[in-house]
Amino acid sequence: MKIVVPIKRVVDYNVKVRPLSDQSDVDLNNVKMAMNPFCEIAIEEAVRLKEAGTATEVIAVTVGTSASQEQLRTALALGADRAVLIETDVLLEPLAIAKALAKVIEKEAPKLVILGKQAIDGDNNQTGQMLAALLGYGQATFASELSIDGDTASVTREIDGGLQTIKVNLPAIVTTDLRLNEPRYASLPNIMKAKKKEMDIQPVDGLGIDVAPRLELLSVEPPATRQAGIKVDSVEELVGKLKNEAKVIS
Amino acid sequence: MSTLVIAEHDNSNLKPSTLNTLAAATAVGASVHLLVAGKDCQSVADACAAVEGVEKVLLADDDAYENQLAESVATLIQSVASNYTHILAPATTFGKNVLPRLSALIDVQQISEITEVLSADTFKRPIYAGSCIATVKSNDAIKVITVRATAFDPVSAAGGSGAIEALGSAGASSLSSFVGEEIAKSDRPELTAASIVISGGRGMQSGDNFHLIETIADKLGAAVGASRAAVDAGFVPNDYQVGQTGKIVAPDLYIAVGISGAIQHLAGMKDSKVIVAINKDEDAPIFQVADYGLVADLFVALPELAEAL
Ligand SMILES: Cc1cc2nc3c(=O)[nH]c(=O)nc-3n(C[C@H](O)[C@H](O)[C@H](O)COP(=O)(O)OP(=O)(O)OC[C@H]3O[C@@H](n4cnc5c(N)ncnc54)[C@H](O)[C@@H]3O)c2cc1C
Repeated sequence: MKIVVPIKRVVDYNVKVRPLSDQSDVDLNNVKMAMNPFCEIAIEEAVRLKEAGTATEVIAVTVGTSASQEQLRTALALGADRAVLIETDVLLEPLAIAKALAKVIEKEAPKLVILGKQAIDGDNNQTGQMLAALLGYGQATFASELSIDGDTASVTREIDGGLQTIKVNLPAIVTTDLRLNEPRYASLPNIMKAKKKEMDIQPVDGLGIDVAPRLELLSVEPPATRQAGIKVDSVEELVGKLKNEAKVIS
Repeated sequence: MSTLVIAEHDNSNLKPSTLNTLAAATAVGASVHLLVAGKDCQSVADACAAVEGVEKVLLADDDAYENQLAESVATLIQSVASNYTHILAPATTFGKNVLPRLSALIDVQQISEITEVLSADTFKRPIYAGSCIATVKSNDAIKVITVRATAFDPVSAAGGSGAIEALGSAGASSLSSFVGEEIAKSDRPELTAASIVISGGRGMQSGDNFHLIETIADKLGAAVGASRAAVDAGFVPNDYQVGQTGKIVAPDLYIAVGISGAIQHLAGMKDSKVIVAINKDEDAPIFQVADYGLVADLFVALPELAEAL
């Protein structure tokens, strides 16, 4: 069984992102970039399925600028067998990314596609579901448990009310939630080995899809800031303030 | 112009997030229809028809929609999509699952989790865990949008007199099937709708220690939440998680106990009206957003607080 894992290069989750001074976009100058944390979980799940003998090949794919090769190398160091970069000059919107991924997947014909549930840059939470629609596949989003049983996958999903279990026919799209697994770190020997693994780079133009943006970014502002509060010295003072000053408890 | 809102429900009751989503729909300015897809869900349709400002309720009552799986529901919405200029759903796990699928089916770039409607095609939404607010304009013919419930005051559930119209089934998809659900049952208010929330973090040290928080929650009529660290450690179930990738809450009072205040946690609670932080580390970032900070050992402070209430 072949597994395709689409990943994304994003700002590292520890970075506090700010708007550019002209508020035309976010300021990504000289910030640390990394693989989106949910994509690391997706790679980990695929690699574990390979280690368990369920999967035979894991292919990491990204749609992004040339710099994304760095994150594909990380995916290879974490255990992916080969990588595909669909190269673009600019960051595409989720629908365009899903269209590009659909082309790759039609060609690779994997039995399973695992993606992160959201990328922590745009926080859109769309690409997996869109990809499922474009391919006519079933979808199991926000997965915290995944098991493969012949031609179906059984997936436990984190939903607002608790947990839901569904079965999806393969090929299917699974998107990862935080508790699906704890990703490993790449070892030095594996980082070295990753340098020799195959990376196929293709321009997005060659795919014959429409990737023109549908949205216009009019501005990016900082969020409303909160007034700094006070420190109280005791529980008694706290309760007094909540009752008499904030009036939020009675 | 008319707007279709996808109702969130459990086949018997309409979820409050739908009322917040309707507020966003009203702000768009078009006439508003609600779609109820479920099984044996007439009571939900009746509730929808009574909601302020709803002109029409489309009711698709069919086996195919019993568990509201994304494949079937997205196809159903697609069957009526061309009648609308806007299609909205709450940005809950239900809306997040279904709407992007619909969006791709009708070749639209969805706008996720809007917090403000500026005009019929321009919206504000948080990005990068709420570190920035983007204003985006959609050039698609149909706008597909999920709505952050806490950013919109709910419309009234009463006073409307919408007409209920049956909508034919678009068929059940065989791509996926429902196996089971573990839905947490609690006498406490629902996390995203509660007016007071008290959350525990890694500082709680164990699931057993959460009883210290629960005692206070029960005295205050509060919901209980948690940080990711507390959920990952297994202290409490996943549905307690507040944050960028969990639930968004904005109660009148949010009490963070043993939570450091990582940006991913703040993303889920910093719009609360009053924030209280209890943490033994006076430099914890949570104090930067707290209206009232108490530097204390939670194992001393929580029993005292329970006593004082
Ligand atoms: C992709 C991604 C998504 C994420 N999504 C979320 C999310 O949705 N929600 C979320 O919460 N986090 C999220 N996180 C995790 C986030 O970055 C933090 O790791 C997490 O919020 C930390 O939880 P915490 O504050 O409970 O733990 P810690 O940061 O370990 O803080 C524990 C705090 O407890 C205090 N403490 C300890 N003992 C006591 C005591 N006896 N008395 C008083 N205080 C005490 C300590 O001083 C400390 O400040 C995400 C991370 C990533 C990478």
